[in-house]
Amino acid sequence: MNVVLKNANILHPGENIDRKNVDILLSDGVISKIGNLKKENYGEVKEFDLANIYVVPGLFDMHVHFREPGREDEETVVTGCESAANGGFTGVACMPNTEPAIDSAEVIMLIKKKALGNLVDVHPIAAATVARKGEVISPMAELFETGAVAFSDDGVAIKTSAILRRALEYSRMYGTPIIEHCEDETLAGGSMNEGLNSTTLGLNPIPSVAEDLIVMRDILMAEYTGGRVHIAHISTKKSVEMVREAKKKGIKVTAEVTPHHFTLTDDAVKTYDTNTKMNPPLRTKADIEEIIKGLKDGTLDCIASDHAPHSIEEKEAEFDYAPNGILGLETEVGLALTELYHKKVLTLTQLIEKFAINPRKILNLPVPKFEVGETANFTLIDPDEIWTVDISKFKSKSVNSPFDKRLLTGKADGVINNKQMIYKGERVSIA
Amino acid sequence: MPLSSRHLLGLQGVPKEDIFLILDTATTFREVLDRPIKKVPTLQGKTVVNLFYENSTRTRISFELAEKRLSADSVNFSLSTSSVSKGETLKDTIRNIEAMKVDMVVVRHSVPGTPLFLTKVSDSNIINAGDGAHEHPTQALLDMYSIREKLGKLEGVKVCIVGDIAHSRVAMSNIFGLKAVGAEVSVCGPSTMIPRNIEELGVKVLYNIDEAIKENDVLNVLRIQLERKAREYFPSIREYSNYFGITEDRLEKIGKEDILILHPGPINRGVELSSGVADGIKQIILKQVTNGVAVRMAVLYLLGTMN
Repeated sequence: MNVVLKNANILHPGENIDRKNVDILLSDGVISKIGNLKKENYGEVKEFDLANIYVVPGLFDMHVHFREPGREDEETVVTGCESAANGGFTGVACMPNTEPAIDSAEVIMLIKKKALGNLVDVHPIAAATVARKGEVISPMAELFETGAVAFSDDGVAIKTSAILRRALEYSRMYGTPIIEHCEDETLAGGSMNEGLNSTTLGLNPIPSVAEDLIVMRDILMAEYTGGRVHIAHISTKKSVEMVREAKKKGIKVTAEVTPHHFTLTDDAVKTYDTNTKMNPPLRTKADIEEIIKGLKDGTLDCIASDHAPHSIEEKEAEFDYAPNGILGLETEVGLALTELYHKKVLTLTQLIEKFAINPRKILNLPVPKFEVGETANFTLIDPDEIWTVDISKFKSKSVNSPFDKRLLTGKADGVINNKQMIYKGERVSIA
Repeated sequence: MPLSSRHLLGLQGVPKEDIFLILDTATTFREVLDRPIKKVPTLQGKTVVNLFYENSTRTRISFELAEKRLSADSVNFSLSTSSVSKGETLKDTIRNIEAMKVDMVVVRHSVPGTPLFLTKVSDSNIINAGDGAHEHPTQALLDMYSIREKLGKLEGVKVCIVGDIAHSRVAMSNIFGLKAVGAEVSVCGPSTMIPRNIEELGVKVLYNIDEAIKENDVLNVLRIQLERKAREYFPSIREYSNYFGITEDRLEKIGKEDILILHPGPINRGVELSSGVADGIKQIILKQVTNGVAVRMAVLYLLGTMN
């Protein structure tokens, strides 16, 4: 079947493409023509008028939790993919804090099987140590061969420097990064950022230095071993500064930031809304300012959601008892466009680099190409669409978001990948 | 003039008019407690549930007596938090209780913010009887009542809160309440027990107990937690009592034997207060307890007659 995307703006930072008012003809989901097409060029087709819409390489979120296996009541691979597609993503990397953890080829194959035939590409991140316990490194060779794109003890940092060293040395053979949740265990265990707010709210504090210490350790160990460290959900000023310095020295370190860590401060916790409880916790204005600086100067490579579905009954509880984490996939693009693009922190090109190009590079995945003969892997973005977040319309199985009812400017209207298309919430047959 | 909120969740942000209204109302009820028949019909027909997720004999009895003195029907519901994680959610518990037609809920819970959470899932007036390290407003109100009773005023009075400030709801409520009525507030304790940024609340920090005694009109001495978990904050009980404990010798040396000392109880004798000091202030501490009932009557009355 032929489909034509009319009058689109096409933007591909990896290929230096930035063209306005272009038509793209897809034949059975494969790019067959790009240019100004006349009716006689393509005959009978489905037509989408994409005036003012940007067609960009499909976005990729390298930090999501799909809860399968183990907590299918909160999210499954399939509902997670629906949530991703609804948020504008055509690829994700899912974290290994499942039950059991993604530390065996069997679990990787299970996830890949569940994701088979989906519009969204799902790449598992495997545990760096068996059962994420920090004692013995996981069978990385086999996990890599089965499809693991990175290794992480997700939710906690690799427990000891000795095991971190071995994980970095071993994974270096495959060029895969070790993704670290940077938090010193002995300083952790609180419910929010340490500061005046934690004092007046009486909540157990997590000091920012808990993150900084492990970021420092990991940078030093990456330098020593020559392995690759990727800092997940960076949240503090000092950590951003350390990553910047490390990059200058040529140390193989990359970093991601979540939309909530550049949008909200720990003032949001004053309501005791458990949807403001996450780890790392919401920090301060000074931290956000440094994160913004890091996004601008390239210290922070990508934006990732840390999409963490939790059941209503678990989140609707006393603050300390509620689990950490919030949904991210379906608000991520809107928040980034609102907070970064419209506030002139990043250009659209830079934003797409952080959403589509850099995460794939970090995980050694091919970046979708805008070339004739390539299977289309696109996200369709309307940067000016004004909309209100409505958790009841989420495709995720869960609803734990602090952004419900928030007015955002900019939205992903559709995705095309694997010969499938979703446009404005509807599946459209294109092949 | 009624209170500005239908709940009492804490003293942060509570206007001083509300605080004085509670204290003045408590003065009236304080008289009732000295009568041969210590009961008024004010809350007849109202039902109050004391929902205690944490052990507390004193605060619960104080609330219970306050409720009975006001002729309210009161029910105690004590649960251990350990069973909560597996059992019924708090939301279900409160909905069940409310289905029995209650008007007010007095809640004690180890998790900060739980009273606020209850206001969102319940229609009752909620009174915070202590939520973790957040607030314990009625304790601070009774402390303020006791200070005013003894010194005749609150404005300009210099109060130092001594002990583990970082883990104390009593400290936080006292800071907010006292600041609101114009008292000068300082805190004194080992630096590990003083939260970072506390100065931003307009509070002076002291690490020397002699200075605290010298500079202040009132010492509000907190109970030191002796459990192992709390012990990472100071080297030993011996060191704590030697450097932060209040003894007769210290008071005498500084010439402040008459300084007003409050303690929320129960006292660890020989730790935060020497036995001699504890005996010396026995009358004041017992008065604090009596005042506690009057203050809680005032809070219950003012909230219970609002709607």
